Amino acid sequence: MRPVRLSVVTAATAVAALTAVTGCAEKSDAKAGDGAVQVTAKDDACELSRNEFPAGHVELAVENKGSKVTEVYVLFPDDRIVTERENIGPGTKATVTAEVKAGSYEIVCKPGMKGDGIRQKVTVTGGTAVKRSPEMDAAVAGYRKYVQAQADETLPKVKVFTDAVRAGDLEAAKKAYAPSRIGWERTEPVAESFGDIDPKVDVRADGLESGQEWTGWHRLEKALWADKKLGPETTALADTLDKDLADWQKRVGKAEITPTSMANGAKELLDEVAAGKVTGEEERYSHTDLVDFKANVEGAQQSYELLKPVASKNDPALVTELDKQFSALSALLDKYRDAPDSYEFTSYEKVGKAQRKELSDGVNALAEPLSKLAAAVVK
Amino acid sequence: MTDDARSTRGTQDTQDAQNTQDTENTRGAQDAQDAPSPSRRLLLGWGGAGLALGAVAAGGAVAAVRDGDSTAPAADSGAAVPFHGTHQAGIATAVQDRLHFAAFDVTTGDRAELARLLKDWTRAAERMTAGHAVGEGAYGGLPEAPPDDTGEALGLKPSRLTLTIGFGPSLFAEDRFGLAERRPAALVELPKFPGDNLDPARGGGDLCVQACADDPQVAVHAIRNLARIGFGKVAVRWSQLGFGKTSSTTPHAQTPRNLFGFKDGTSNVDGTDTAALDEHVWVPEKTGPAWLAGGSYLVARRISMRIESWDRTSLQEQEDVFGRDKGEGAAVGRAREHDKPNLKAMLPTSHVRLAHPDSHHGVRMLRRGYSFTDGTDGLGRLDAGLFFLAYQRDVRDAFIPVQRSLARSDALNEYIQHVGSAVFAIPPGVRDKDDWWGRALIS
Repeated sequence: MRPVRLSVVTAATAVAALTAVTGCAEKSDAKAGDGAVQVTAKDDACELSRNEFPAGHVELAVENKGSKVTEVYVLFPDDRIVTERENIGPGTKATVTAEVKAGSYEIVCKPGMKGDGIRQKVTVTGGTAVKRSPEMDAAVAGYRKYVQAQADETLPKVKVFTDAVRAGDLEAAKKAYAPSRIGWERTEPVAESFGDIDPKVDVRADGLESGQEWTGWHRLEKALWADKKLGPETTALADTLDKDLADWQKRVGKAEITPTSMANGAKELLDEVAAGKVTGEEERYSHTDLVDFKANVEGAQQSYELLKPVASKNDPALVTELDKQFSALSALLDKYRDAPDSYEFTSYEKVGKAQRKELSDGVNALAEPLSKLAAAVVK
Repeated sequence: MTDDARSTRGTQDTQDAQNTQDTENTRGAQDAQDAPSPSRRLLLGWGGAGLALGAVAAGGAVAAVRDGDSTAPAADSGAAVPFHGTHQAGIATAVQDRLHFAAFDVTTGDRAELARLLKDWTRAAERMTAGHAVGEGAYGGLPEAPPDDTGEALGLKPSRLTLTIGFGPSLFAEDRFGLAERRPAALVELPKFPGDNLDPARGGGDLCVQACADDPQVAVHAIRNLARIGFGKVAVRWSQLGFGKTSSTTPHAQTPRNLFGFKDGTSNVDGTDTAALDEHVWVPEKTGPAWLAGGSYLVARRISMRIESWDRTSLQEQEDVFGRDKGEGAAVGRAREHDKPNLKAMLPTSHVRLAHPDSHHGVRMLRRGYSFTDGTDGLGRLDAGLFFLAYQRDVRDAFIPVQRSLARSDALNEYIQHVGSAVFAIPPGVRDKDDWWGRALIS
């Protein structure tokens, strides 16, 4: 847990200044304005009345003619959401409005509200289009997908954990604790960019502000390993954790992500390792620090792999070094792993001083070149 | 081990040296470093700074103000010591006020990568010792990139920064870099001496860098930036800050005191005495190996002092332990610090008597140790002592026999404990812009 990540937040202005207003779901007889783009959503199609419209205020008149509940999105080329409308039932209509600048976008229907959806390219004309790089857009879209998938996969794992807490099953809760954190730890800088979620779910006792109520994973970690007691209070904490992480899952797709924020996020994940995991501060009761450590490194590597096509053109030597140091650190972590692909790691209590030094040296060896990735991406 | 009291110069000699110290020091350093130096007239032309410079700066040549670029030479007392020369700077150089010493483990197994690091370090050392920022500087670069230089030395003078590299025995181990055959016979692991309580985490190392400067921030900046350049190839194993010099290589200057309050280094090897340096410090060509000719050996010992116990010791006992008087620093039965000591007049267990060259067939070491204080020990006592640094031609003839004798009998042992230890081969100087630290060894 750290304060709001400026690198991610301030990147917002880099893409486009834009406000999105989502319309209300309406009855089938509701009438959209004359200039509206008609969107006909079916189970296997997403039909548009027009693929080109002028910049400025745009209105989508959506009609769900399929059998499944659907969603409609307007997306930037890097999959950032311009605007969206969820829960459009079969046979219902909805209006979606937005202010858009000139450029390329996609309109997406998601029958069943799952997967990548059915996509239609649209062009917004007039004014000056924001210049975009297809490579960069691909990198950001890939990362956005990764971040969403991590959130989607995390929630069921969190539920296993919180269910065990609610059931008062100490051992089952302990077992489910570290796995429930992996997706969060992999993508932490994005989650932290929202500012309000991280202090609720990932704060440690020493990170609390005066008057702040302690909630989240680490509060439960203390209950499980230090207090060894579950009860009404922990049940309430489990409910809150579920709710806060559902909020995270819902919002993560809208995070401002740029190639620079991805590169800086990778470096920040290594900072997290250096500040909290190598020292054993993060998981002071459960000593599952190496699971977080692994997840942080994996998240950093994901960003890096997506940016590699760009970075390798600008700074091939850096890419060689990063490949080397990522695999060296992974190999080092594997020494503490029960089995390949397992997320059972040695308890950090049992990792000696000399071994911690070795891990710290590995982190330094990777973090130093990783700090140069952002420059290699933009230059 | 702190000091002996061999005085080879009378008061008259000392007086002469003081009269001519500007030119003596400058010339001596020039001989030692093979580098140009300003004329006496230029030194004096710097006005008030000239005298101060002469007094402290052997090798004072070009001064520059750190400003992030490479173009702002300035003349004042924080002069730059030439980096290039026959011998590395930081040995015969007049001892600076501050130290940051770091030992590194080499983490790469690739000899070519080690060579590349040593080249990168050499180029950075050239810049920093001249008072410049490393690489592209500390600001003005790409906003997305962290700056090459960390920036805390911007605006500071070169402060006579010297950077001196050494190679530890472990670097020459079999199956590492193929250097086993080049390991000098004299680069031995030090034996365990009685009373040693060595912490492995405070000793050893494949490489060392000694950073000395008159400004502590300049010394720390240098080690920090070298460590940063080295990430992925080397990792800092241990490091030590020193705040007060305990030895002088300029015998005519005021002899500094150690934390026991005694003068130290009264008859240290004079950094301008080329004959003594050749005899006791530099490895001669004929001794070999060839890559080490003009180099030296360094022993580093972290010596913890039982400060509070010492402070409760009577003056008489303190003086008996050292074999000197506390005020003047004169040997037992003598009037002045530099008077030749009468060893037989001292207790057989006195420090000066045991450490004196006359007790060891005339062998001498060039000492440039520093006092250190790393705060308190958690029990309300100073965690302090002497970080002993001694350069010598052969540790087997110098440090090892002297320390054996001290460890066995020195009365000072009641108040000290050796807690860290390392030994390094110190390669010769970097000749010019194309040369690099360890080229003759590694390439």
